[in-house]
Amino acid sequence: MTEARTLDQTLPVHGRGQVGTAWWGMLCLFATEGILFGYLIFSYAYLGSQGYSDWPPSGPPALRLAIPATILLVGSSFVLEWARRNANRGNAGRGRIGLGITIAMGAGFMALSLKEWADKPFALADSSYSSIYFLLTGTHLAHVALGLAALIVLFAWSIAGRVGGGHEQHRALATLYWHFVDVVWLFVFLTIYVSPRMV
Amino acid sequence: MSAIADAAPGQGGRWTGPLDPKPPASPNPAEVAERLENIWGDAPGLRGWFGTVDHKTIGVRYMITSFVFLILGGLEALVMRIQLAQPNATTLSPEQYNQLFSLHGVTMIFLYAMPVLSGFSNYLWPLMLGSRDMAFPRLNALSYWLFLAAGIFLYASFPLGAAPDGGWFGYVPNTAREYSPGPNIDVYCLGLIFLGISTTVGAANFVVTLLRMRAPGMSVNRLPIIIWGTLTASVANLFAVPAVSLACLMLWLDRNHGTHFYDIAGGGQPLLWQHLFWLFGHPWVYAIVLPAMGMVSDALPVHCRRPLVGYTLVATATVATMVVGFGVWLHHMFATGLPVLALSFFSAASFVIAIPSAVSVFSWIATIYTGRVRLTVPFLFFTSVILLFVIGGVSGVMTASLAFDWQLTDTYFIVAHLHYVLIGINLFAVVGAIYHWLPKMSGRMMDERLGRWVFGFMFIGFNLAFLPMHWLGLIGMPRRVWTYGADMGFSATNLVVSIGAFVFATGILLFLVNIATALRSGRPAGPDPWGGPTLEWAIPSPPPVYNFAIIPLVATRHPLWEDQLDEGSERSQLASGFLLDNGKETLGVTPLDGEPDVILKMPGDSLLPFAFSVAALVLFGGLLVGSAWIAVIGGAAAIIALVVWFRPHPTPEACEKVRIYD
Ligand code: HEM
Ligand SMILES: [Cu+2]
Repeated sequence: MTEARTLDQTLPVHGRGQVGTAWWGMLCLFATEGILFGYLIFSYAYLGSQGYSDWPPSGPPALRLAIPATILLVGSSFVLEWARRNANRGNAGRGRIGLGITIAMGAGFMALSLKEWADKPFALADSSYSSIYFLLTGTHLAHVALGLAALIVLFAWSIAGRVGGGHEQHRALATLYWHFVDVVWLFVFLTIYVSPRMV
Repeated sequence: MSAIADAAPGQGGRWTGPLDPKPPASPNPAEVAERLENIWGDAPGLRGWFGTVDHKTIGVRYMITSFVFLILGGLEALVMRIQLAQPNATTLSPEQYNQLFSLHGVTMIFLYAMPVLSGFSNYLWPLMLGSRDMAFPRLNALSYWLFLAAGIFLYASFPLGAAPDGGWFGYVPNTAREYSPGPNIDVYCLGLIFLGISTTVGAANFVVTLLRMRAPGMSVNRLPIIIWGTLTASVANLFAVPAVSLACLMLWLDRNHGTHFYDIAGGGQPLLWQHLFWLFGHPWVYAIVLPAMGMVSDALPVHCRRPLVGYTLVATATVATMVVGFGVWLHHMFATGLPVLALSFFSAASFVIAIPSAVSVFSWIATIYTGRVRLTVPFLFFTSVILLFVIGGVSGVMTASLAFDWQLTDTYFIVAHLHYVLIGINLFAVVGAIYHWLPKMSGRMMDERLGRWVFGFMFIGFNLAFLPMHWLGLIGMPRRVWTYGADMGFSATNLVVSIGAFVFATGILLFLVNIATALRSGRPAGPDPWGGPTLEWAIPSPPPVYNFAIIPLVATRHPLWEDQLDEGSERSQLASGFLLDNGKETLGVTPLDGEPDVILKMPGDSLLPFAFSVAALVLFGGLLVGSAWIAVIGGAAAIIALVVWFRPHPTPEACEKVRIYD
């Protein structure tokens, strides 16, 4: 009755494999952040459909910068995935190269977005359109910045040898977050650039 | 344990019956206990105090803090009731009244009603689930510290006369810069965003805890109802909180950076605020009652000495309430000139939501009717929940009908309704739950005789205060007015209401006395004073830091009632099971069936959650005073805390041998 036996059976200790407790936590974060963007897009549509003026007031925004930015961001997700798989297989060098390229592509996306902001003929406080335009793209940009920061930290840790073979979870979380930012961008893109061209 | 029954009048001394509690065997030999004690105990000194991640400590802190806010909010209410006791009173200026009712509402809704339930759930979840902690103990600490910091943030404005003054719902354009130029509404906006982070973090923790941190065998159809309630509320929070955070962010931008989200002149829409606010606000109303209803569903049957009638229906109804709850926000906007089709649809949907709520009520009534009732103090509180819920529900259905709502909106009828619901289903349930679970938390019983006085004062005072308000509303007294004329016919009723408020407050005061005396000199409770069926009653009171020395194996919904209930041959094993003592660890299970899946290493004490919260307080403080530098410093500190938080540790062992205790 008061004996402890050790079974032959073993259980994995969390920290290995990518679907750990933190992975579920990340899904919760996506749920709440995803719906935040849902509410932002709702606000965009509400202001657009209830307002008096043309929407957007200065016609659909140009695609000149947005298309390359989109290609950069979506492309970077594939590069990152490649890097993650290599790192998990023990190929730390390729992992680092892929991570580096991803960071560069993400930074490129940010640069293009900021250029687009600078080129706009209107400012945040001009109209309800300018307000929601900057808030929606700005919220997304803030997420890109955060994801970029996470990737840079991961990169630094990898150089310093802090993340190694057994740290799939760290890589999985950073990658997952980056994919999320990427998917959200597609919705933002549809809202800002595509929807005005459809009406 | 039988002394409880002895104190109950009409029960004629000891009760013996099929559900008579048997003290759970406690097989843990001293050395295992001591080993676990060392592994799980807090670090000594201040580091342990600020760094603890023990869900029980955090739960208790949550409860104490939210009760402090309940008392502050209550004092604000009493001051309002002094002002309204007589016509043409001048105790308060209109500005002061505005701040008082706004801060009262914000306090009660955001700083009391939700956090107190989070506190209970934090405390109870791992104990009821047969786990040693929540999924993310540090996030748990973080959500508490953020809650405290946000509460301090909101309240710090009060002595400066800059408390929020636009109602708890902050309607624009009243809250736009033109009409409210002071910092009051900025405090509200930033404070709610701040608090929202705490709620979100806590909600994610509950969801993941449910998925992973259950005893083997605890499948989803064996969960206590409070788990269903908190789970539902947490999922709802994940989806609802961003709406209000966004609404507040846009209002803050409108007020401070000239944007035009709500401002007609720049093409904005004031009604956008109401949509976003009530998209959040209505589900939230259920978030602050469903866990409380869960408490009733779990604790009431213990005092009726029989299982809850219709477990599956109640669990389903809990989830269904929330699903419908997300679709009815528009019923708070019936008076805003929306299209009639929309109004009819949302009116109908609001009637529908009464159905799942009624399921719980009928199940409670059936449980009492078919049970063998002990008239304990928790029982009194839980039955009064049923009564008040019915009254609040009926007035709710009334306001869901358009014609009625157009007459009654913004009158005292609404004030009556919302207090019946909030106090009736939240506060009465919470007080009953404290009588029920304090013995578990403290190891001491609360005094039953004093408890009856508490109940008397609270119940009579409450109805005296809020029942006549229905009448005040029907005869046309508008809400949120700081005074009224002597010739309006409101005077006598208002005096009664104010007297009732003070009687109610006396009850709360006595309740605090009751807690204090119990903690000092209450009778020892033993592990299972009420004869409860769920896992928390299987361990000593107060529970040891590690909760379960042996992680039990669950085979039924009522592990401690199996012998009496005779629901088949399956037996849970409470004295034998998984013994995990290779460091701070607990068992993870598969999400649906609860099969042992993984050994989880749990983090130790950490100052990071506290540090992050201080950084966030600096960040929000900087935003409030308009200092970019302070905000940047706070933000940078928060990010550094996060980086340290996720710092990788050397890889742990891949697998561990499992030790079974039998
Ligand atoms: C002693 C107990 C209480 C008394 C006497 C009381 C009294 C009041 C009074 C006088 C008002 C202002 C009505 C008006 O001018 O429109 C009010 C509003 C309100 N109360 Fe209470 N209250 C009590 C407890 C509570 C509790 C426990 C809750 C929630 C859990 C609560 C939630 C609210 C809310 C949400 C409002 C609306 C505030 C607003 O309009 O912004 N109250 N209460
Ligand atoms: Cu509602």
